[in-house]
Amino acid sequence: MRGHSIQTAEPAGLVVREEGRKTVLEAHGDWLVETIGPQDAPLKRIARSADAENVILDLSHLGRIDTAGAYILGRILRPCHDPDADFHFAGDHPVARRLIHEVRVRSTISEQPKAPVSGFMSAMARIGAGLEAAYLEAVATFAFFGRTVTTAISTAAQPWRFRLTPTVWAMEEVGVNALPIVAVLSFFIGAVVAFMGANLLGQLGFNVFTVELVGIAVLREFGVLITAIMLAGRSDSAFTASIGAMKMQQEVDAMRVLGLDPYEALVLPRVVACVLMAPLLTFGAMISGIFGGMLVAWSAQDISPALFITRFHSELPWSHFWVGMSKAPVFGLVVAVIGCRQGMEVKGDVNSLGRRVTASVVQSIFAVIVLEALFAMMYLELGI
Amino acid sequence: MSEDILISVRGLRSAFGPHVVHENLDLDVRRGEILGIVGGSGTGKTVLLNSILGLKQPDGGEILLDGMRLSEMNSAQRRKVDSRWGVLFQNGALFTSLNVLENVMAPLREHVDMPISLMEEIAAMKIGLSGLEPGACSRFPSELSGGMRKRAALARALALDPDILFLDEPTAGLDPIGAAAFDSLILELSRALGLTVVMITHDLDSLYEICDRVAVLADKKVEAVAPIRELLNHPHPWIHEYFQGPRGRAALAGKEN
Repeated sequence: MRGHSIQTAEPAGLVVREEGRKTVLEAHGDWLVETIGPQDAPLKRIARSADAENVILDLSHLGRIDTAGAYILGRILRPCHDPDADFHFAGDHPVARRLIHEVRVRSTISEQPKAPVSGFMSAMARIGAGLEAAYLEAVATFAFFGRTVTTAISTAAQPWRFRLTPTVWAMEEVGVNALPIVAVLSFFIGAVVAFMGANLLGQLGFNVFTVELVGIAVLREFGVLITAIMLAGRSDSAFTASIGAMKMQQEVDAMRVLGLDPYEALVLPRVVACVLMAPLLTFGAMISGIFGGMLVAWSAQDISPALFITRFHSELPWSHFWVGMSKAPVFGLVVAVIGCRQGMEVKGDVNSLGRRVTASVVQSIFAVIVLEALFAMMYLELGI
Repeated sequence: MSEDILISVRGLRSAFGPHVVHENLDLDVRRGEILGIVGGSGTGKTVLLNSILGLKQPDGGEILLDGMRLSEMNSAQRRKVDSRWGVLFQNGALFTSLNVLENVMAPLREHVDMPISLMEEIAAMKIGLSGLEPGACSRFPSELSGGMRKRAALARALALDPDILFLDEPTAGLDPIGAAAFDSLILELSRALGLTVVMITHDLDSLYEICDRVAVLADKKVEAVAPIRELLNHPHPWIHEYFQGPRGRAALAGKEN
């Protein structure tokens, strides 16, 4: 018996004797999980060479034993006709025989089938599976988008079904709370653009064009892009995590059973909040980016804020501002739809939550940049 | 009766902010016994278990293992202790990124030096021992049903052949046949290995079937510890209700028939 204080175990030992046709295995010392490691290989060798029917386990010198020890000792008898027969055992031990019996009866060991792996084929198979998965993801995202749009339309027809409180909560979460970080990032981007302008344009003597550079870059591209990327990193992952956690706890199932449409209650408020708040955030980002550019222009190139603003007014058409603004709701929509869809895809386990949050951020940033390129081409063709 | 005390809890106090769960709680676990812990919801059964395991720092009092204070152990002693006990958490707490076989092998890899192939065999043996089919080895926890997850978690708890086994509601969510097999397995292991088992359970059949003694948590302390038959006529109202209520009587009747 074991279990007396923190006792150190005797190493397991094995003495093999040949008695006529019989092979006698004498177990010495303690056969415990921490001691049996070295006995694995010798026992396997004996199992290969000796006939299991002629093996006798001598337990008289055995110390303590646990289930792992009982397993490894009893393993050699497993192929026998009657592994519990008395002639297989010699010597007395208070628990060993019973334990060997229990372990054998209660557990059947089967060889683990190992899947054959071929390098080239499996690489091709993975590429194929990846492409198929990407295609199916795209299809499913569009399907989700369609479902969201129909929910939006049916809610527009029955405006009393629209959930104002969650929408306002999401607007605060997505918009108001994100404003500081978006503004700070945009400030630095504006400053960096002004610095680059100062360097390049200063060499050519066109310092004053820094104003146009900052204006066009921030209004057309960076204001909205920074906003979209922050939405993707901040709000989109939060959507996936919160909806995903609700999926894991079966809250979404409970809503369905209670007759609540999760698209109406969970998805639509978030999408609406993102679509509404993205332009406002973009506006904040533009102001802050221009402010950053203005400060750098002032300090590095002696373009006074008064001159900066005057030139800004006279040289930059409103179209740049509208181009930037027009993209904001689209980005907001895409980010919200991807975040919500990934959240709804979460299954019961924690792993899938982590995978889905990652996928959600990656996909939404990907989508934002692809759309940004499409918008650029479109406005170029339109000549705006 | 032997007074060979393995774990003793002395004057334990647990609190979450102003909410006091345990106040001056004493409990002794004897070597080799199967101790059941019962108590109403919110009486801090799991908190008590976590305190003994060192997962929750007690707000007062002391926990002794073999007469050694857990709070004064150094990390080497602590590691030794960790390899001596196995824990079955309420929801299994399997590692989701590992399959069942790897889950059971995890403690072996951490604490024992042996060939990987033997580890795999022993892990497969424990999985069989806990009543799972061999096919379950390569499956991930998310692909298992609740009962299977529980069995896999038991296999992991048993991986190191611990001296002390802590079970948090082991038979909850198992079908009656599975629960009975589980009870007989625990009993057999306890008798054959001298295993000490501390189990939180609401399964009255388990209490009657395998527990040597039952500790009742009520009023922030251990209200009574005794073999179950001595508790049947305990004056405390909650204990009386627990064992003399319709379910308690049904389980008793089942045991006597």
